[in-house]
Amino acid sequence: MTHHLTSPVSEEAIRELKVGDQVLISGVVFTGRDAVHKYLHEGGELPSGVNLEGGIIYHCGPVVLKDENDEWKVVAAGPTTSIREEPYQGDIMKHFGVRGVIGKGGMADKTLAACKDHGAVYLHAIGGAAQVLAECIVRVRNVYMLEEFGSPEAIWELEVNEFPAVVTMDSLGESLHKDVRSQSEEALADRR
Amino acid sequence: MRGLRESLIELIRRTSAEIPDDVQRGILRGLEQEKEGTIAKSALEIIEKNIELAKRKSQPLCQDTGSILFYVDCPVGLNQFEFEAEARDAVLEATKRGFLRQNSVDSITGKNDGTNLGPGSPNMHFHQHATDEIQVRLMLKGGGCENVGAQFSLPNTALKANRDLDGCRKVILEAVHQAQGKGCGPGILGVCIGGDRASGYEFSKREFLRMLDDRNPDPKLNELEQDILKTANELGIGPMGFGGKTTLLGVKIGAANRVPASYFVSISYMCWAFRRHGASLAQDGTISDWLY
Repeated sequence: MTHHLTSPVSEEAIRELKVGDQVLISGVVFTGRDAVHKYLHEGGELPSGVNLEGGIIYHCGPVVLKDENDEWKVVAAGPTTSIREEPYQGDIMKHFGVRGVIGKGGMADKTLAACKDHGAVYLHAIGGAAQVLAECIVRVRNVYMLEEFGSPEAIWELEVNEFPAVVTMDSLGESLHKDVRSQSEEALADRR
Repeated sequence: MRGLRESLIELIRRTSAEIPDDVQRGILRGLEQEKEGTIAKSALEIIEKNIELAKRKSQPLCQDTGSILFYVDCPVGLNQFEFEAEARDAVLEATKRGFLRQNSVDSITGKNDGTNLGPGSPNMHFHQHATDEIQVRLMLKGGGCENVGAQFSLPNTALKANRDLDGCRKVILEAVHQAQGKGCGPGILGVCIGGDRASGYEFSKREFLRMLDDRNPDPKLNELEQDILKTANELGIGPMGFGGKTTLLGVKIGAANRVPASYFVSISYMCWAFRRHGASLAQDGTISDWLY
């Protein structure tokens, strides 16, 4: 089934989502990837203006250009591989009150446990679909840490409308990635 | 070669925004195979829509515009310094125009100066050939799929893989299993059997320059390619690792001689957003023909 999520989002709304559900996300999301996760996990402070309470982090390094009016314009913005944030993600979710993470490829046990304890989900966007997803970005509200981390690794505050994703890890401890991995492992064992 | 820089900018634009026809045909076949109402089907529908949109808007198919790999087949006497300088200028301009992301980071300082230029970027491969023609191919290979490449040294006890084609088959299928979800499937494999650690990976990437639907002229390698393609698509990994029938779109395997002590199998994984194009250039550097 398809859910409409508006970010910031409540724990209650997140706890209703199940693996396999399709969601359309509207509201504000913050990009954050390798450099940001490492920085926050090492005790770095969120720049003033960034509030992740009830928020959604998007694992994404967009292509962003300035248009003729000197406004930022997102040219391409698909998800990056999430598993690299596995050492940090669960702690960051809990510490900053994050309710959702958008990425690709899924994450592992530590994040899955944090989703269950804290009430959060992993939202899988379609990797490589940078144009379809950029079309869902209505506006760039702000950018933080651009100088320190460079454009792909900066925190971009994006306003999105009906951004499509699939719940692949939910707050009940279920993970589509775990299921597909074990099923394909069995299928491979039969064919070795 | 006054037209060279503009030709290279156009090659970069086209490679970043337009998926080659042979790859698109493979994706459409996958779309037909997946069951209605599944998330695998809906993933491929979004991918198909993305391909159309990127082409229409002339913008990157994928925001990770990848490592910039030029393969130049050139006649004897081509000035490679000049060619490389033009390629660097083309990369800088294509980055300004948004065909390439600011994607190149100094590995020591962590600085991204936004130019896409630096040691190894762009990556130039020149090869002389015996005709007058210049052919330039470009591959933009994203980091997600590059990270799931794998190199095995045979024999491999855990996988019961010996130094033979059956051993190669085992480790290649293991790499497919390990890559699931992470490399933006459905994927394409480029494999090199043999070589050393560096040339093995280098040759494995070169396999991506082949047409997706060609057949390997070596009957044994052809058989191995078809077997791995069929078997991988029976594993139920599917697009994005969501489960489904379309795990791989193609398998390309080459071989290089090895020293007796070594037996490497090097596997490069390419995501569905398989960005490679190529052009033949006229004497003035303008594009005379597209290669894919």
